[in-house]
Amino acid sequence: MGLLEAIIISVIAASTPLLLAAAGELVVERSGVLNLGTEGMMIMGAACGFAGAYFTGSTLVGALCGIAAGAALSLVFAALTLGLAVNQVAAGLALTILGIGLSGLIGAGFVGEKITPAPHLYLPVLTGIPFIGKILFGQDGFVYFSVALVVAIWWFLYRTRAGLILRAVGDSHTSAHALGYPVLKIRLLAVLFGGGCAGLGGAFLPLAYTPFFIPGMTAGRGWIALALVVFSSWLPGRLAAGAYLFGAVTILQLHAQAFGLGIPSQLMTALPYLATVIVLVLISRARGSAGSVAPASLGVVFVPDR
Amino acid sequence: MQLVLERRAERSTKIAILSPLLAIAFTLATMSLLFAILGKNPIMALYVYFIEPLTDSFTLMEIAVKATPLVMIAIGLSLCYLANVWNIGAEGQFIMGAVCGSYLAVVTNGTDAGPWVLPVMLVMGALGGALWAMIPAICKVRYGANEILTSLMLVYVADLIMDYLVRGPWRDPQGMNFPTTASFDPVATVPTLFETGRIHWGALVALIVVALATVMLGRTIKGFEIRVVGAAPRAARFAGFNSKRLVIFTFAVSGALAGLAGIIEVAGPVGVLQPGISPGYGFTAIIVAFLGRLNPVGILIAGLFLALTFIGGEGAQISMKIPLDLTKVFQGILLFYVLACDSLILYRIRLIASPKKASQGNVHGTA
Repeated sequence: MGLLEAIIISVIAASTPLLLAAAGELVVERSGVLNLGTEGMMIMGAACGFAGAYFTGSTLVGALCGIAAGAALSLVFAALTLGLAVNQVAAGLALTILGIGLSGLIGAGFVGEKITPAPHLYLPVLTGIPFIGKILFGQDGFVYFSVALVVAIWWFLYRTRAGLILRAVGDSHTSAHALGYPVLKIRLLAVLFGGGCAGLGGAFLPLAYTPFFIPGMTAGRGWIALALVVFSSWLPGRLAAGAYLFGAVTILQLHAQAFGLGIPSQLMTALPYLATVIVLVLISRARGSAGSVAPASLGVVFVPDR
Repeated sequence: MQLVLERRAERSTKIAILSPLLAIAFTLATMSLLFAILGKNPIMALYVYFIEPLTDSFTLMEIAVKATPLVMIAIGLSLCYLANVWNIGAEGQFIMGAVCGSYLAVVTNGTDAGPWVLPVMLVMGALGGALWAMIPAICKVRYGANEILTSLMLVYVADLIMDYLVRGPWRDPQGMNFPTTASFDPVATVPTLFETGRIHWGALVALIVVALATVMLGRTIKGFEIRVVGAAPRAARFAGFNSKRLVIFTFAVSGALAGLAGIIEVAGPVGVLQPGISPGYGFTAIIVAFLGRLNPVGILIAGLFLALTFIGGEGAQISMKIPLDLTKVFQGILLFYVLACDSLILYRIRLIASPKKASQGNVHGTA
């Protein structure tokens, strides 16, 4: 296996959790809700996903447990922000703190345990094709699912009536409400979907990326996923491009560390975080006068009695 | 039958006072349930967590030691949150304050530098935290970059900078390769208040910060400006308040306070710069700020309460083998309940017979 091939495969693996979580958050934000708890839902997905796979030996069950954990946590967020009209920023932070704590509690018993990593697709002839064979036909299920998810979200948002309604709710909840759409119900579904995606993204880490669980193993990926949504201008296609770009930054810094260029390893580890800040600045500056492209009702509390 | 939220005609002052207490009561009930699930006696566990630390003068002082950084950081954050500015990177500003102040302690280590070292360290710590906070602030006002994400990303960067320094250039040559600086000299150390215990002068600094914040918010134009920009941005624009300058101001103050807390922690109870100087003070302070209703005196009380959970959590881990992570769960649940109960200040929950009719009535403004 050539070096370039190996790098591309590892970039895809590093990008997949970001893509899964960010794709879910994109739908949430398109409905006008800002859920900053992605990091907490991801780490809960990781802990519960590992637990599920550990007890059953099945990656699929693990992934489902991850989805369930993320969705359950997002339900708490929905109850507060949609049910009680709580400030979404503060509730999202609370969700992250709670998720990190709970995952530590659940995961404590699994530290040091190992599971069989998710199987990779293998097709007799196709996977054997030099270079592209392994990249296209030799990934695990999460990778294929994440790509399908982004396509499905694009199709949903731009090609279905339900997607149009969801975008309308995100852009003007008062108008959508006046037209008779159940704003809070739509947002609840979006938040649950986002929670499930974040949980799956988190579950990918112990189920496919490294076959064990470490507390805090998401290491800020939830926050990077949030930044990716801003970077993407809330467009699914650009989101995928951004996720793979960030995966590439993560992997390149690992390779640079391995080569030992004399650069402190901490600087290289800081690169994805610094890149996030720089990208946010550049993208915000580029938009500048063009006005915000964010959903107009993003983060605004809605109480349907006005 | 359906539960709906309805805006109150005016803020309920009764609930405004009751809400933090209500939130704590709900949290304790939830925690009891969690203890039971973990197979521990809930009453015993609650006792170890919340009462036992109060029965011993040593742990009482430890609570004050832990509350010191929490209160200082939370006061700064409350100014940000009142102005609707979302600095959530106080953890990073805390670390950079510790790093910048420690620089002087490291270079003067073993020399006969005079008692000027500590005051200069404190100033450097505050400046370091403020400068680190300037990055997200400037990115926001100049380029419109979201301060929530940038300030948080910089936490990881600050952590890595400290890690590099204590493993590389600042590592104690006599430290058996442990990632830590040499112990600070006495002139670079915050003195303790009493002969015994670890309570130090930083606790008084925290009290002074609380007093200053009370005066600033209640008695000065700046404090008024912060409140108006946060509560009524349109009115603030008409009044000629510059919201961009206020972003810079609140970030600078909160960064400086977090940085000061960082250097006081390192030069006080810890005594060296090393990884893990903070058990997440910067994040817990967010909870302290909200539990304290963004009010300086409230924050002081809330800071002591959250410090109690740290100490109680450690005690429960030792005596009842309750995992330390439960403290974080507790803090997260507490913040949820605080936010939920705060909602009842502005809204009331009502049971409505037929949801369809009710919502239509509301649309036409007849409800």
